[in-house]
Amino acid sequence: MKTLTILKYQWKDLIRAKWLIGYALVYFLIADALIRFGGTGPKALLSISNVMLLFVPLVSMVYGALHLYQSREFTELLLSQPIKRSNLFWGLYGGIVGPLSTAYLIGVGIPLLINGQFQDVGSLEAFLILGLGVILTILFTALGFALGLKFFEDRLKGLGFALISWFFLAILFDGLVLLFVVMLGDYPIEKPMLFLALSNPIDLARIIILLKFDVSALMGYTGSIFNRFFGSSFGIIAATSFLILWIIAPLWRGVKLFSRKDF
Amino acid sequence: MIRIQNLNKSFGALDVLKDVNLEIMPGTTTGVVGPNGSGKTTLIKCLLGLVRPDSGSMFIDGVAVSKNDEYRKEIGYMPQVGRYPENMKVYELIRLIEDIRDNKENKSKELIEYFGLETHLEAKLRNLSGGTRQKVSAVLTLMYNPKLLIFDEPTAGLDPQASIRFKNLVKDEKNAGKTILLTTHITSEIEELADNIIFIVEGKVHYHGPLKNLLISKNTERLEGAVAQLMEEAAA
Repeated sequence: MKTLTILKYQWKDLIRAKWLIGYALVYFLIADALIRFGGTGPKALLSISNVMLLFVPLVSMVYGALHLYQSREFTELLLSQPIKRSNLFWGLYGGIVGPLSTAYLIGVGIPLLINGQFQDVGSLEAFLILGLGVILTILFTALGFALGLKFFEDRLKGLGFALISWFFLAILFDGLVLLFVVMLGDYPIEKPMLFLALSNPIDLARIIILLKFDVSALMGYTGSIFNRFFGSSFGIIAATSFLILWIIAPLWRGVKLFSRKDF
Repeated sequence: MIRIQNLNKSFGALDVLKDVNLEIMPGTTTGVVGPNGSGKTTLIKCLLGLVRPDSGSMFIDGVAVSKNDEYRKEIGYMPQVGRYPENMKVYELIRLIEDIRDNKENKSKELIEYFGLETHLEAKLRNLSGGTRQKVSAVLTLMYNPKLLIFDEPTAGLDPQASIRFKNLVKDEKNAGKTILLTTHITSEIEELADNIIFIVEGKVHYHGPLKNLLISKNTERLEGAVAQLMEEAAA
């Protein structure tokens, strides 16, 4: 109940800040352009998913940490009221995850809808991209929260770590995998590579998309190992389970840090 | 009654509270005095659950502070610097507290009138002066008529007129039998309001008892002189 009250106030505050509308608009324009120029069909959806895999983690993680810093006054005010810290944590977290997810769903969902993507390709793929975007939003906001709480007194460090983590997971990771493969190609490295794939939530999401779209040419090394090891449908289930673990871990850490924090 | 037993808190290598033991009787007004950085605010924040102590226990009316959050229903806390969500309007802030407590019956209207805040209700908190924020803070602290009132440097940002009004309000609360904890560097304020004194230096309680007894034992009429003597003793 108290969590809902907090959510209400946080959403009101965020809607007043215009950047959220801008965030939705960026997705709208990109998705619409990709469909218009790439044509309807799996190709456009794959392009949209590439944009999603890059932007959603960045924005979620940075805004997760930033939101925590910006809500410091709000937090201190409410902590002197009769309210559980865990309620406050979920209120703050939901206060940013809800609007970010909604902005993504509207921004990407509307172009898909008006361009008939839900009937065209078999709507499952379109829903998958929407669903994975929301899962990544939930996941990376949680990571941003955990980082923000860890470096609560030092914003620069918190945001810096968020940016570096994103850079590592979204960009550097593929290169490192390739480097490993080239260097250790003569050894049986399939299983270590599988673990490497499980350790990167962005990679997991990409593997799920590629397994579903069945485009083995784009799967990359980790993707094809995943495919070989788990098979397509079981691979999707395995990757999704690990994504869920990836959500639980930072949230669990966040709740712990928040409940022990001195304000 | 407030009971604090063997309370310890350190921030990194800095021991802020060292084995603090206190008993504060209901219906008394206690001034918490000590130099800057002596641990006054940390002590208060421990009591509120804002700071988690390393060890020790605290009880308010027999209820352990660490085990429960509802005890804060009976506490009004006015922080040193009221930090509020900057984009919120004053009336929204008051409504937020009402929603959190799920209780619309309170004295906010009277208090808004008392501090002359009617014209500021639509203003955003970011646009308020320090003194006006303090007044808003006082409204939030007192609106639910709590049994325990904690004021951390309450008059620091107030103009003389508002300061006198505030002190009169504290006197009324005192006469109504509230337990009051007050920190301030203005010793005359404590002389005016408090019955008891807690003197803290470097996280240790050096004196806790009636103000009168302290003045008699230090052979002085003013608290300022007594505090100066206590500080010299603590430094020795």
